[in-house]
Amino acid sequence: MTDVTPIRTAAESAILSRFPQAKASLPGTPAVAALREQAFGSFVETGLPHRRVEKWKYTDLRAMMREAAPLAAAPAAADIAAAEALLAAAPAFDGVALTVVNGRFTPELSDLAALPPGVSVADLGEALGSGHPLVGERMGRAASADDAALALNAAFMTGGVIVTVADAVTVVSPLALRFVTVGDVGAATYPRALLQVGADASLTVIETHLGADGPAHQTNTVVEIFAGDRSSLNHVRVNAAGAATVDVSSLGVVLGAHASANTFNFVVNPAAARHQVFFRFAGEHSTGNISGAAMLKGRRHADSTLFVDHAVPHCTSRETFAHVLDGEATGVFQGMILVRPDAQKTDGKMMSRAVLLDDDAVMNNKPELEIYADDVVCGHGATVGALDEDLLFYLRARGLPKPEAEALMLAAFVGEALEAIAHDGVRETLEGMVDAWLKARA
Amino acid sequence: MLEIRNLHVKIEDKKILDGLTLTVNDGEVAAIMGPNGSGKSTLSYVIAGKEDYEVLDGEILLDGENVLEMDPDARAAAGLFLAFQYPLEIPGVATMSFLKAAMGAQRKARGEEELAVGEFLKRVRGAADKLGIPQDMLKRGLNVGFSGGEKKRMEILQMALLEPRFCILDETDSGLDIDALKVVSDGVNALRDGKRSFLVITHYQRLLNYIVPDSVHVMAHGKVVKSGGKELALELEANGYADYKTLAA
Ligand SMILES: Nc1ncnc2c1ncn2[C@@H]1O[C@H](COP(=O)(O)OP(=O)(O)OP(=O)(O)O)[C@@H](O)[C@H]1O
Ligand SMILES: [Mg+2]
Repeated sequence: MTDVTPIRTAAESAILSRFPQAKASLPGTPAVAALREQAFGSFVETGLPHRRVEKWKYTDLRAMMREAAPLAAAPAAADIAAAEALLAAAPAFDGVALTVVNGRFTPELSDLAALPPGVSVADLGEALGSGHPLVGERMGRAASADDAALALNAAFMTGGVIVTVADAVTVVSPLALRFVTVGDVGAATYPRALLQVGADASLTVIETHLGADGPAHQTNTVVEIFAGDRSSLNHVRVNAAGAATVDVSSLGVVLGAHASANTFNFVVNPAAARHQVFFRFAGEHSTGNISGAAMLKGRRHADSTLFVDHAVPHCTSRETFAHVLDGEATGVFQGMILVRPDAQKTDGKMMSRAVLLDDDAVMNNKPELEIYADDVVCGHGATVGALDEDLLFYLRARGLPKPEAEALMLAAFVGEALEAIAHDGVRETLEGMVDAWLKARA
Repeated sequence: MLEIRNLHVKIEDKKILDGLTLTVNDGEVAAIMGPNGSGKSTLSYVIAGKEDYEVLDGEILLDGENVLEMDPDARAAAGLFLAFQYPLEIPGVATMSFLKAAMGAQRKARGEEELAVGEFLKRVRGAADKLGIPQDMLKRGLNVGFSGGEKKRMEILQMALLEPRFCILDETDSGLDIDALKVVSDGVNALRDGKRSFLVITHYQRLLNYIVPDSVHVMAHGKVVKSGGKELALELEANGYADYKTLAA
């Protein structure tokens, strides 16, 4: 087979032709504009990722995006009302609300007055234009990779939030960071968030993604978190984007010394979801837990692609993912642990477990270890299979009809994954979402 | 009344039950004894509805109703209960939630109202106390990390709570210490009410001193080769199965 440069797809052509006009109205200082140009330049070279790009092997974004949805406009009053209605109908997470609608920070749906002392929030859209110091110092430094999704977000980003937690501040109430996509027709959104958690500070963030089921939105979000020495971060992402949405998200975490960071991604609803995590240990003696669960039916698709960078010694990382796949759903787990030459005493493990409820469901696992230090403990494991027939029989012999017996076992399976979430209230809300998914299936 | 007529069953091309016929009347306690591998557990699984087995011929009637056409859960709701020879561990499913789900499902299938939470808890506590099952065990995953004897007690707890009409005990006595054997036997005897029937599979005559059977059946090579009263168990204890192995072959 000759590997000629492919002809641009309709979606790629549309994206390429819209940038020259769009860039004039996108926010940013000349420095930001230069960054956009550079990112766009790299997209011109790569186009949309497809299955011959190793990191995107199982998620052929070029095939999934037949057309490029038009860029979402800044939300009008009606859009904000629609977002409010979606939020009201969705499972509620307690916390101080910060809301981003169609890629723009929306103060009307945010609770800035309730921000605890030591926490400050800025509108990222404004910050791009005003030369906010964090934009120059931090943006693009946590989620940094040669990746088309990152490049597209950097080129087209419209706004979002910057959150700063001062040193030594323990934020008791979680921040509820809500990304909502509204509009009757599919739109493309490029929101972004930048979180800086100071030394000795602690923060819980619940990041939710919501949208109506009808329109084929294309969302591309980048969240970057810089967590200082001895900090403690708990991040839970709930992807309940609309059922026709193609959602691409990138999370970048840079963790200081003697710190701990937990991030959990829960996927239930979008047509296709790709979540990529770039996690870098920048200080010694720190722990990172990157975990998630997906419950997919129909022809849904969820991909978790992780890059864990042990750049320094004495750190521990865990990647733990669980998939429940029904119908013709596809799950993807790609875990990469890189242990650099200096990173002695690294302890890195990954585990992927999947339950297939249908012969047509597929799970793709690709764990990778790249180890350049000699004194390390690293490992990976994966299980894929149907529910245990003998256990199901035991439950049915006690009177549970098959769907209920399956639901009980699946709730236990996902429940085990949810144990990774430290915050009781958040975990309970997610358990409720699991039950709702199981009830809808039965 | 349970009637098993001329039952032929195979699994993976291996014939295991070979024309088994057995009737257990209302209120009767029937004991089944027989050498390892003679098909006793297979019989109990086929009655309960395990799908791995292929029934080639014969029928199983519970009060005249053909249970072979029913799903396992429908059989349970109709009053069949199997205490497993090897109860399974189900991680992540708390014993208490499992009991609630099982009792709820059976009541629903029978068109009965769901038990109020208070009443449910009262029943579980009462039955657990009688069997010497501590409350904190009910919070753990079902059978997870339970000892062999604890698992057997848990089976009897389920039986007591589900109030079946027809109970199959597959070697419930194996793995029980002497005290537990008494506790479990007392539990079973308490459920003997003149209507409820029991099929007790055991290797040991000792159990039958506690749960005194109305009839004893010897199984070999997939069929009942001899039936008698409780004295038959004593005879087996003394002489072993040598006579029956040849008799069936
Ligand atoms: N899945 C299977 N595949 C093949 N053979 C099987 C299977 N299950 C059971 N058997 C065989 O069927 C026969 C009867 O087994 P069964 O467990 O019913 O015996 P049993 O009478 O209960 O024995 P024990 O007294 O040891 O409990 C045995 O020879 C066993 O190996
Ligand atoms: Mg047996």
